[in-house]
Formats: sequence, structure tokens, C-alpha cells
Amino acid sequence: MDTAQASAVSNQSITFRIWRQDDPAKPGHFDEFKVPYRKGANVISCLMEIQRNPVTSDGKKVAPVVWDAACLEEVCGSCAMNINGRVRMACSALIDKLEQPITLTPMTKFPVVRDLAVDRDRMFEALKRVKGWVPVDGTYNLGPGPRQSQKDQSVMYVLSTCITCGSCLEACPQVSQDNEFIGAAAISQARLFNMNPTGKLNSEERVRALMGPGGIQDCGKAQNCVKVCPKEIPLTTSIAVMNREVTKLAIKDIFFKEDEQKGSSGPA
Amino acid sequence: MAAAARFTVVGGGLAGLMTTIKLAEAGHQVDVLSLVPVKRSHSVCAQGGINGAVNTKGEGDHPDIHVKDTLRGGDFLAEQTSVKGMCYAAPGIIYLLDRMGVTFNRTPEGLLDFRRFGGTLHNRTAFAGATTGQQLLYALDEQVRRYEAEGKVTKYEYWEWLGTVKDDAGRVIGSVAMDLRTMEIRTFPAEAVCLATGGPGIVFGRSTNSIINTGTAAGRAFMEGAIYANGEFIQVHPTSIPGEDKLRLMSESVRGEGGRVWVPRKKGDVRSPRDIPESERWYFLEEKYPKYKNLVPRDVATREIFMVCRDLGMGIGGRDGVYLDVTHIPAKTLDAKIKGVMEIYEKFVGDDPRHTPMVIFPGMHYSMGGLYVTFESDAKTNMPVDGSPKNQSTNIPGLYAAGEADYAFHGGNRLGANSLLSCIYSGMIGGPAMANFAKSQSTSAAAMPEKFFQSAKAYWADRFATIKKMAGPENPYQLARELGDVMTENCTVVRYNDRLKKTVEKIRELKDRWNRVNVLDTGEVANRALSYTNQVWNMLELGEVIATSALLRDESRGAHYKPEFSLPEPKSKDPTQDPEWMALWRKRHEKWAKTTMARYASEGPQISYEPIATPVLDPEPRWYA
Ligand SMILES: Cc1cc2nc3c(=O)[nH]c(=O)nc-3n(C[C@H](O)[C@H](O)[C@H](O)COP(=O)(O)OP(=O)(O)OC[C@H]3O[C@@H](n4cnc5c(N)ncnc54)[C@H](O)[C@@H]3O)c2cc1C
Ligand code: SF4
Ligand code: FES
Repeated sequence: MDTAQASAVSNQSITFRIWRQDDPAKPGHFDEFKVPYRKGANVISCLMEIQRNPVTSDGKKVAPVVWDAACLEEVCGSCAMNINGRVRMACSALIDKLEQPITLTPMTKFPVVRDLAVDRDRMFEALKRVKGWVPVDGTYNLGPGPRQSQKDQSVMYVLSTCITCGSCLEACPQVSQDNEFIGAAAISQARLFNMNPTGKLNSEERVRALMGPGGIQDCGKAQNCVKVCPKEIPLTTSIAVMNREVTKLAIKDIFFKEDEQKGSSGPA
Repeated sequence: MAAAARFTVVGGGLAGLMTTIKLAEAGHQVDVLSLVPVKRSHSVCAQGGINGAVNTKGEGDHPDIHVKDTLRGGDFLAEQTSVKGMCYAAPGIIYLLDRMGVTFNRTPEGLLDFRRFGGTLHNRTAFAGATTGQQLLYALDEQVRRYEAEGKVTKYEYWEWLGTVKDDAGRVIGSVAMDLRTMEIRTFPAEAVCLATGGPGIVFGRSTNSIINTGTAAGRAFMEGAIYANGEFIQVHPTSIPGEDKLRLMSESVRGEGGRVWVPRKKGDVRSPRDIPESERWYFLEEKYPKYKNLVPRDVATREIFMVCRDLGMGIGGRDGVYLDVTHIPAKTLDAKIKGVMEIYEKFVGDDPRHTPMVIFPGMHYSMGGLYVTFESDAKTNMPVDGSPKNQSTNIPGLYAAGEADYAFHGGNRLGANSLLSCIYSGMIGGPAMANFAKSQSTSAAAMPEKFFQSAKAYWADRFATIKKMAGPENPYQLARELGDVMTENCTVVRYNDRLKKTVEKIRELKDRWNRVNVLDTGEVANRALSYTNQVWNMLELGEVIATSALLRDESRGAHYKPEFSLPEPKSKDPTQDPEWMALWRKRHEKWAKTTMARYASEGPQISYEPIATPVLDPEPRWYA
């Protein structure tokens, strides 16, 4: 291809060390691959190159590496993995900015499916837990929704760009494969729907969902999430906002109980 | 049929999710199958926005003008009934999305904001930053999650639809699908099945599409007897960043917000763009199209850029590439309206487009063609009849298609921001159509003899057992790349019959080589190469349909451009003032204003043409100068 952003091929090559695991129940190992250097290449384009020629550095024919990707422009959230020990999106990880050999390993906070592909089901389940939706009456035409200020829109827009990639859970010391901590992404989504003029009507349900076991109190305030989020979502602010909501509701609960007790004791 | 029936929707992009919502809302059970978690479907990539003539800018916009722009933009190949229905439904759809919580940009008064897109003179495009598709998909995904929590929807993510299950009469009564993790193959009985499986971008190797958009489902449906229509109409987007793995789109909204396309006036000028003074820049679109300027329809802009680079050799540095310049727009405005796009450029090229003009080139983007579907037209309104089971139905009873996978709404060329709309609209009418189809059947699919399901499942179990043993010299990923290269070279912006013939021959050669493929992976878990090898065959089928349809259409229309068969330039600025030219145009129009219909045959696609009803708008020459 002869384009103004020439993608020059040279005789240099890039070395990859890639985690291989055929079966989550079996132990894994690393394979090393060498891929021809191309200007502008990223980790996914190199993995695609390996598919076309799945041969390790020492000449062994192996099965192509299994990894998740779809959009290749950092908007679908598929391709999160650990690259040189740091969680990030593989499609936007430019080779020129990485040290070699480039080591690829799957995220550790989710069960491995195979090689670099993991099962992030817990993230989607978390969205159910916080009722991450606006409960509309139906799909018939009821005219426009409530007006919103430009300021609110700009805050909500940023929150709603979360691509459910799982990086924030991967970086969080409180999340592990066998605990229930809901994680920063879902907490931030609860904030989003509680800001929405219609979503607000059910805000208490979402706050309650964050109160139980595995809820917001499990957050250890390490602040790793906000550092790794590829969409630069202000996760620590979201956690702080929702923490306040949880506290408010807890206090309200106490007073409500006292009121109830007073009420039930009848007129003095 | 019982009041609550079971349906299958294949695909969890905008079209599939809207179909699902409509069925679940009516109380039915829906199985949603998707290659990836639905939230990761290709619809997330859409940047610019969604059209609807809401007319909040005092420009006198109206759904009728939207209809006219769409039909004209598509050079009168679109299905007119559905286009009218879509444009009239558009404002309501945007309001619905607003109510679902889409974070659309707002005016200072708190109303929805609208921007201008190509092929129209109106501000008609609602947008959420420059990630509108993502925001719309999430809104529908959230509604579906709500139905999932209520038990009305069951999602099968990482499941691949393989083919239909039919009864003796040829009615679709279910599907066969494969779990892409455990590799289990099973059947899904359904009263009706909708293919909302998106476009075939990966048939072209590199495109602006997600890499899961292989078109495999449409290719398979074609092999099973579904008609594939207007396959030759492939939209090449004027502005993308060329890349090794993907052509990353720079949305039309960049020009909608004032972006300007130019090249240096001096051939091979090596100065940095910022050192080239205004007077030495050639804004070729603005010069040639003073009315629409940089916002001419996509096919027009693409051809102009292509010719500037290839025919005139005026590309930057003499190569493929022109400037797309937003450096005159305040960075703050850019960030408020098109930050998503700015970031993609910054991330993948390394330059900040707020300060350095972007370098772009056309890239394969969208398929106007797709599975042939019909509509029942209301004689009074010329719009689809509410709830008619005919709407969005393919020629196979019980099989429906919606979204980019269907052929109906965009004719020879799609207008920007009309696709998200057609996806949602087709789901809105497709869901009720499926439900009413089921009601009209005397026997429920669920009550059909087990043998139909067993034999369909056995066919696929057998096919994959065979593929798994394939140990020849050919690499399936390499075959797909060769297909992509030849399709991009000969079947995109400019088309010549000799090269199209060679393309069809090359595809036949690739099909032959497919028989000597090596499956590469014999693993029992998440064997992607196994599923991909099967997909490659379906991609070859679709490639052959597209190339053959292009070969046989000897004219230029919309995105399909054959210099050997183009009309001459008219002698007057307004072509209707040149009677000789008008006579030529009319003759051509009578011959070719028809839908291309491809039917499967083992020796290659059989092409025929179907006249197009024009109850809504009489065809006229398409002219933007
Ligand atoms: C970069 C880019 C930007 C765009 N911007 C705009 C824009 O601003 N405005 C606009 O109107 N349009 C835009 N478009 C076009 C628009 O995004 C698409 O046409 C639209 O999103 C298609 O939606 P869909 O629901 O038909 O399919 P998709 O969103 O592609 O979804 C297809 C679904 O089918 C599933 N699937 C496919 N095959 C199978 C199978 N065999 N088995 C199971 N599941 C399967 C997939 O998993 C997926 O869930 C853009 C397109 C691109 C590429
Ligand atoms: S909050 Fe950020 S890191 Fe976490 S899932 Fe969303 S996008 Fe990924
Ligand atoms: S592939 Fe979509 S985010 Fe990387």
C-alpha cells in the first residue's frame, strides 16, 4: 500500500512472549514469536500476523493465539490484556512505544477461556445488580425526554463512555476471582443512572444495591482504577459520590426506623 | 401459536437489540445470539450521529425532505415505502432514545442539538459527542438487560449462528448455532428468526468495520436460498486513516463541524501543511461543489479524493492521501463535539489534529446491499403497514433480516447518519412482523417433529468434523487476506469489467484452494480457527456475489462507478436544461434503475433484476454541483 502515511516494512522484527493455555484447568506456558516490523503496528495487528503464520521463534507450528478484539479503535472494550505487566487495550498499544520482548498475558481477575481470552461475565452481572438502565414506560412515541443542561450532559456523557473492558477491576487490589466486589465500573454506572432525570426516580434501588456484601464498602481506595481506565472516566469521583449516597441512605434508614418505632407505639 | 412464543434474533447490534426489545415488550421470549457480548457489537463504532427531521433549528426541515434527500442520495435504488416509513418515524425514534438515557449533546436551552451531515442542506443529525453509535447501542443494551433480568430475554453471547432449520415446506422453524467456547453445536427452535448480523466489511480485508464483520451469516443465508440484493453497492468512505490492521474512520461529522479537505496546489509540495499559505491550498470539493462544499454525498467525495490522488497525482507528497483540516476550529469546540474522533487520530497516528491537519484516504465502509426483504405498503400513506408480517421478511418464510444485513433503505449510496436510523427502524417494524407471522401459522415451530432439528444439527456436526480434519497447505487467514486484497483493488471506488472478471476468477481459485486448507487448531476449547475456516467459505460466497453483481451492472450509479459506462457531463449546469443529456439519462435509467437480485447456484450466483416501484418520489438526475 502506497499511502502518505507509508507503512514501511523493514527487515527488523518484533519479539513477543505470549501466554498459552489451552484449557483453564491445565497449566499454561509461554510461546515466543517473531513478527516483521511495520511502522504504526499495534499489538492486535501483530497477533493477526501470527494467525497468518502461527510458527514460534524456534520454528514450531502451533495453534494461532486466541484473543478477543472487534473494533480495533478502543471503543468495544474487547481487547484488554496485560501487556508488559500492565493492563491496557491491545488495539491501541502501539509497538513503537513498547519495550521488547513484548509480553502478553491474560487479565488475572477473570477466568481464562483460552490463551489471552477471559470471561468477563461478572461485569455484565454487576450492571444487572445496579439496575443500570432507565426504566422507560415503553417504546411508543411519548415525545422528547426531559430537558438537560449542557453541563449535566457533559458529565453523563463521559460516564457513559465506559466500554466494560475490565481494566479497572484488573488493577484493583480488592477484586479477586473468588470475591463479589462489584468494582469501579458498575459503581460509576450507578452514578450515571442516578444523574439521569428519569433514572433518578429509582436512585434508591441502585444505592441499596451498593450497600450489600461486595458493595461499595469493599473499596480500599487504592485509586488504581482511575489510573488504568482507557476512557479516563473519573472513577474515584464516582466512588466518592456514591459513597456519600450510601451514607445518606444509611442515615435515612436509621431515622426512618426510629420514626416507624415512634409511629407504631401510637399516641402517647 | 400460544400468546407468548419463542423467537431467535441473531445479532446484538442496534438492529438486533431493537427487534428483541419489540418482541419482549409484546410479551414474547427471545433468544439473542451474538459472536461477542452484544455490548461489543460493531454498532459501537458509529461516530457521527443519527438523522431525524426534528426541525429545531428553524430551517423548515420536514420528514418529506429527509425522504427526498435519502432517495436522491441513493440514486433511486432504495425501497421507497420503507424509506418513507423510516424518515417519518425518525423524530420519534430520536425522542425514544433520549428517554432511554442517551447522552445526546444539548443546546443552551437544554434541547437536543443537531449537526449537519453530507447529502443534505439541513442540520438533521442528533449526536452524542463523536461516539453516537456507542451511546445508542448502550441504551438498547441496557433495556435488553432489563428484560433479561425479568427472564424474557436469554442472551447467547460467544455463540455463532450457522444456518437455519427448515421444515419440509421450506419454512424456517429454528437455527443451528455453535458455542464458540465449548464448541457445542445445538438447535434453537423459533417461530421466526431475524438475521441482524451487520455488514460484510471484512470481505474487503481491511475496512472501517470491526473485524467480526465477516458477513458470514448473510453468506450462509444466501447459500440456503435467501436472495442477496444490490451486492455491488459498497460505500467507500471518503475519510479514513489507512492502517495495517484496519482503516480507522474519521467521521463525516468532522466535515459537518467545519472540517475542510485540501491538497497543496503545487504537485509534490514537500512543505509542512502549516507552512502552506491559504492561497496555495486547493480546496477542491469547495471549488467544485459551491452549494454542498465538503458535505457532498460520500460517493461523490470519495471519487473526487481518489481522482485527485490517482489521476492527477496531486495527493500529499504524490501519494494516496489528502488533508482533512480542522485546525481553524477552536480546540474547545472540537472537544465538545468530536473528541472521540480527535482521540482516535491522536492515538493511532500520533499527531494532534487540533494543530496539524489530518491525512486521510477513502476506505471501505458500508454495504448498501444485503438480504432482500419486502414490505407491505399502505396504499394511502405509501408507508409500511403497521405490524404486517411481510415487513422485513426475506423470501424464505420465517426468516427476517434487519439492519446493515438487509438491502432496503439506502439504494446506491447511503447518506451519513441514516444507518443507525435504518437499523433501529427495521428492528421496530421487524419485531412486530415476526410476532404476527407466528400468529398466522397454524402449527407452532416448537411443535414440529424432532427430525428436522436432528438432521440440521447432524449436518453441522458433520461439517465441522470434516473441517477439523483438514490438514492441507493453505492458511484460512491468508486466503481471507487474498480475498480482501483483490476485492479492495477491483471492487471499490472505480470499477472496470476486465478487472471484475479477474476478481471473479480469483475468487473461484480461492474457493478451490479452500478445499486444501489447514484448520491450524485441533483444540477442544475456543477453537477460533475452526469457526473462522467455515466463515471464510461464506465470505468467498459473498465476495463472488458482490463482484459478479458489479461486473454485470454496466452503468454508473451511486457508489458503483464504471468510467467505461458513465454518462457524459451535461452541457448546462442544471442537467434538466440539456434535453439531449436528459434523453441519455432517461434511457439509462429505464434500463438500470432496478434491484439486483442474486440467487445461489453451485456454479456461481444467478443475477436478475427487479423493477423498483416509485410511489413516493419520481426519479430525477442526481446532481449536486
Ligand atoms: C466506523 C464506523 C462509523 C459509523 N458511523 C455511523 C454514523 O455516525 N451514523 C450512522 O448512521 N451509521 C454509521 N455507521 C454504520 C453503522 O454503524 C452500521 O451500519 C450499524 O451499526 C450496523 O448495525 P447492525 O445492528 O446492523 O449490525 P452490527 O452492529 O454490526 O451487529 C451485528 C451483530 O451480529 C452478530 N453476528 C454477526 N454474525 C453472527 C453470527 N454468525 N452468529 C451470531 N451473531 C452474529 C454480531 O455479534 C453483532 O452482535 C458507521 C460504521 C462504521 C464502520
Ligand atoms: S470504567 Fe474504565 S477501566 Fe473500568 S471497565 Fe469502564 S472503561 Fe474499562
Ligand atoms: S478491539 Fe475494541 S477496544 Fe480494542
